[in-house]
Amino acid sequence: MDFSNFLWMRDELSLLAVILILFLYDTFGSDKSRRAFSTVACILLAAQTAFMLIPATAGEAFGGMYHTSPAINIVKIVLNIGTLLVLIQAIPWVKTADVVIRRGEFFILTLMTLFGMYLMISSGNFLLFFIGLETASLPLTALVAIEKYKQNSYEAAAKYVFVALFSSSLLLMGLSFIYGAVGTLYYHDIALAIGNVTKSIAGSPLLYVGIVLFLAGMGFKISIVPFHLWTADVYQGAPTSITAYLSVISKGAAAFALMVILFKTFAPVAIVWQYVLWGLIVITITVGNLFAVRQKNLKRFMAFSSISQAGYILLGVIAGSATGMTSLIYYVLVYIFSNLAVFGIISVVENATGKVNIDDYNGLYRTNPRLSVAMMLALFSLAGIPPFAGFFSKFFIFFAAAEQGFYVLVFIALLNTVISLYYYLLVVKAMFIKQDDCAIPALKSDTASRINITICVIGVLVIGLLSCIYTAIDAHAFGM
Amino acid sequence: MEIPMIYYVVVSTIMFFAGVYGFVTRKNLLAILISLELMLNAVDINFVVFNRYLFPGQLEGFFFTLFAVAIAAAETAIAIAIIINIYRNIKNIKVDNLDKMKY
Repeated sequence: MDFSNFLWMRDELSLLAVILILFLYDTFGSDKSRRAFSTVACILLAAQTAFMLIPATAGEAFGGMYHTSPAINIVKIVLNIGTLLVLIQAIPWVKTADVVIRRGEFFILTLMTLFGMYLMISSGNFLLFFIGLETASLPLTALVAIEKYKQNSYEAAAKYVFVALFSSSLLLMGLSFIYGAVGTLYYHDIALAIGNVTKSIAGSPLLYVGIVLFLAGMGFKISIVPFHLWTADVYQGAPTSITAYLSVISKGAAAFALMVILFKTFAPVAIVWQYVLWGLIVITITVGNLFAVRQKNLKRFMAFSSISQAGYILLGVIAGSATGMTSLIYYVLVYIFSNLAVFGIISVVENATGKVNIDDYNGLYRTNPRLSVAMMLALFSLAGIPPFAGFFSKFFIFFAAAEQGFYVLVFIALLNTVISLYYYLLVVKAMFIKQDDCAIPALKSDTASRINITICVIGVLVIGLLSCIYTAIDAHAFGM
Repeated sequence: MEIPMIYYVVVSTIMFFAGVYGFVTRKNLLAILISLELMLNAVDINFVVFNRYLFPGQLEGFFFTLFAVAIAAAETAIAIAIIINIYRNIKNIKVDNLDKMKY
């Protein structure tokens, strides 16, 4: 047997090595030595990210089961940066008395889900894709339930696990119909079979039912609108760091995997899935925005905000071009920094005072000016106000969709940015303009939170202005 | 005499939608889990039947079924762990008690 195939999987193998080292450390380290566990975990992940920066070449292993290419490598690096920020953000949280006993589990399970996402985005066969998807979502259910004596946590876990199972079975049903129509599960072979006019698979209802069920299953993972009902509850109930992870990393990975599959596999029937996605994007952005307006809890608010952001992310998918792929990766990168800044501040405030309502932030500027300004910058970036990174990512993703002629869609999305500006400004107004006699007292955040929020704010300010990032991604992107 | 393929597909479709119906209507967490198992097993039947009748020369569908069974078992294990945790906390596994977060 030829083991050199494994060399293509250097990203997965290095991450697996990190997981194993952490596992052994957590199992056999003494209580005293394990005090440094969080720091070691972050340093190891940073080292692994640095290792992945070595440029990758395109290739495939195991007879086409596993694919890798520079574009996929870039996405993995983006996901790694996001995970690293989440881990740094979680350090003060894992020190609290309830969680410190499960500290090792938190880090190992989080990295395990990252491993699953790696497999998911670089799979070349639906079997590996499905295994990766489940490897990503099963540890996440355990993570949502990690504070197991809190009602919110186990309620959210129950909702999440059942919705995850339901969506996987829809997705599997879709895959079985696709298999029945085409007779293979390799992306490349399916594209060949559908593109072959003499076989007329492209017109088969079996295939269309399969594609629609598959989109529904993925819709649950990315939380697009008819399938979004779990999002708000799970985001509110899960510990804040896990919510941050769910809202950026897991969503970004699923969106990219969906895009790769639609580009590589279902390009010959693009007209069908673009039709479906068109409607999904419109209702996702609109409903997400309208429901965000009426939220009182900041974590629920961010849940609906992330639903509408998922709609914007899908604009890159519907474009179906190399520009679409570049702008999607870029959007996810910017979204990681802006959203993690917001969640970083939420978790600082929550760890210190236990408050998560928007009204609790009244008068925050008087007591915590630096936190308020960081929050404001991040919210402006999410809304897409010009000098910040969020504006450029929205601009590129609208450009990618408009380039392919989706003018009406882009116009609806533009109208929705106005609504989103309104509700993001509600939070800014609470912090800066509203007065409150019992505002949150001046907080003294610890080093880890400071590092996390500083990196995120720098990212929000700088990424938009550094055009080399966009160009670097663009050099490797591919279209249908 | 061989049974035509359509019979199997009808059975699996009925199983799948019985599962969907149970998922939506049941009030007990374990009953919901059983409905989900019905859905997953319907998929397994589909894969095996398509492989056996439409593409008898290959094994891809059979292998997918094997993996799907294993992963479904892992999913069930996690779901049951969460249900047991809920039972320990509130001595009850009715979904009506999990309504603290709404809207």
